[in-house]
Amino acid sequence: MIEKALKGNSNYWMWLAFLSAFIAVGGICYLRQFLYGMHLTGMGRDLSWGLYISQFTFLVGVAAGGLMLVLPYYIHNYKAFGRITILGEFLAIASIVMCLMFIMADIGQPLRGLNMILHPTPNSMLFWDMVVLLGYLGLNVICGWVILTAERKQVKPPKWVYFFVYLSLPFAVSIHTVTAMLYCGLPGRHFWLSAITAPRFLASAFAAGPALIVIACLVMKRIAHFDAGQEAIKKLTTIIMYAALINAFFVGLEFFVGWYSNIPGHKHSLEYLFFGLEHHGHVYNNLVPFMWTSVFFCFGGLALFGYMKIKDAFNDAWVGIGCLMIFIALWLDKGLGFVMGGLVVNPLDEIVEYYPTANEIGITLGIWATGFFLVTVLYKIAIKVEHEVEG
Amino acid sequence: MDMQRRNFLKIAGVTALAGISAPVVVNLTSSALASSDQGQTAVAHPAPSGAHGEDAPQGVRLGLLIDMRKLYGHPELLDKATAACHKVHNVPKIDNKKSEIKWIWKTPFANAFTDQSNNHASKTARENDFLVLCNHCDEPPCVRVCPTKATFKDKKTGIVAMDYHRCIGCRFCMMGCPYGARSFNWMDPQPFIKELNPNFPARMRGVVEKCNFCGERLVLGKEPACVEALKEVGAIVFGDLNDPQSEIRRILDKEHTIQRQAALGTKPSVFYIV
Ligand code: SF4
Ligand code: SF4
Ligand code: SF4
Repeated sequence: MIEKALKGNSNYWMWLAFLSAFIAVGGICYLRQFLYGMHLTGMGRDLSWGLYISQFTFLVGVAAGGLMLVLPYYIHNYKAFGRITILGEFLAIASIVMCLMFIMADIGQPLRGLNMILHPTPNSMLFWDMVVLLGYLGLNVICGWVILTAERKQVKPPKWVYFFVYLSLPFAVSIHTVTAMLYCGLPGRHFWLSAITAPRFLASAFAAGPALIVIACLVMKRIAHFDAGQEAIKKLTTIIMYAALINAFFVGLEFFVGWYSNIPGHKHSLEYLFFGLEHHGHVYNNLVPFMWTSVFFCFGGLALFGYMKIKDAFNDAWVGIGCLMIFIALWLDKGLGFVMGGLVVNPLDEIVEYYPTANEIGITLGIWATGFFLVTVLYKIAIKVEHEVEG
Repeated sequence: MDMQRRNFLKIAGVTALAGISAPVVVNLTSSALASSDQGQTAVAHPAPSGAHGEDAPQGVRLGLLIDMRKLYGHPELLDKATAACHKVHNVPKIDNKKSEIKWIWKTPFANAFTDQSNNHASKTARENDFLVLCNHCDEPPCVRVCPTKATFKDKKTGIVAMDYHRCIGCRFCMMGCPYGARSFNWMDPQPFIKELNPNFPARMRGVVEKCNFCGERLVLGKEPACVEALKEVGAIVFGDLNDPQSEIRRILDKEHTIQRQAALGTKPSVFYIV
């Protein structure tokens, strides 16, 4: 089936070439980091996790977001999602590949990565995260491929594959839960030490993942004659709305706990993220504009969707803009604010702000480009198969 | 006694050979007088339960007590301890807050004891720096989170030790440690080591490191370097917290001591008299 990715028009190739340029730059940046050391990043003794881990965290969410397509289709037999569940599965594959790349970019001794398997340590959440991520990757590869192959041959998928499909549902939840557990079990990291971290991660994942899929569908409708169907898109926007609202509600709860209890540790990170944190006469507020953009985009997107629902207006452009706004909002919230906000106050109550370096951003963009490259190729295959079948 | 001690040393040697970087301590576990008087061995002194709010402990648990009263007004002594430790352990001197590596260092009271600073701290607390280092916690979060067991607790001594050759540099332990006790080698440390101590391994780029309670010196029967450096004032006492006869326990029983962030349940093994 791979050969289907090798035929495309000039736009397709130009897009892939464009992504390849980023991948190449990312590769060179990574080589530099590998050869010279991680001081080429903006991370340091106090802020020892940065952009890589935050992208990892966000992308685990995107991968888990595919659940919002797979679950209605397979469990509730919601036929409208029939054409797009494969997109959810393929997006999950690409996201997890990105996650693994971000982890490799982040560790100081990548050649020793196998030590995690050679010396399995069940008390470490990172060990379990690896287990569930690899498991979820495997499940999606199996399910996606087998189901697509069956579709191509116009036969029913073999029965055994449903076992893996159903198994992938709890796995989707588990990848993001365990990723949240990396953070929420650490004593002394007040912002993360919250039982709502996992539910909040899931809520934002169930909005961000589908939002990206809707955007992809709209793009493919214009350039590849692939119509996911209005009903499916509408249903997805409803799912995105609820998930984004629940995420916002959870963030609001964090505010309540922080301000009502008035415990400094619970307030500091939120203060830093949204208002600026005063310390020894200096106000630290690097991320404030980003976080308010996030708030504005989240509610802007929600308002747009709400308006469309009430007026029963449906317009691809609006849907696209709404999804993009919500996706960006959630990226700022989780792919930026969560990790950096949590680390801004170090264990000795000193404040250290994070400035990612060009090299680090180059690697980050390179990995994102790799993900987009993979998604493009996988979606190309999926659409080709559907076109063939409809023939 | 001597025979037992020699046997004990042998065991220690074996552990060291097995590649574990935190071998067993020998002669510091109980004061020489007490042990010869009562004919005790150097191992296992179960303490009465309830002491320091813990269950009856088993085996050796090394700890360190810093008597800050002997250091007030003498910041140069704090620097001396740091210099001694960093010299014997090949800790690179990187003058850059982002990439620096430190095992033991001085910091103001409010930073060392984040949960105990108040608006009306005493003059002493406001004007003096305090020594901070790894607490060799009895319930160490760094060990709990490490995905490779590169950070582990040595059961024989209670030392939280590291295997630099296994560490993958994920820095999860730095997230877990609520004391900021760990440093990561963001770059190759070698060029930043002034005088290489050939008897202690220098680290490579991409791994985490921290105070090891001088495990390598203890096997040789030496005291930790920081203890030795401040010997003249006797500001740091090192010994077995589970041995009621040890010097550190005798002081702990007598004086009021505090620990850093005790509320987090990590059970630090480093105590302060302030
Ligand atoms: S102080 Fe930090 S590094 Fe040392 S044992 Fe405790 S948690 Fe681990
Ligand atoms: S950085 Fe090394 S010691 Fe720390 S958690 Fe990772 S593998 Fe363990
Ligand atoms: S006990 Fe040893 S390693 Fe730890 S701070 Fe003192 S000298 Fe350094």
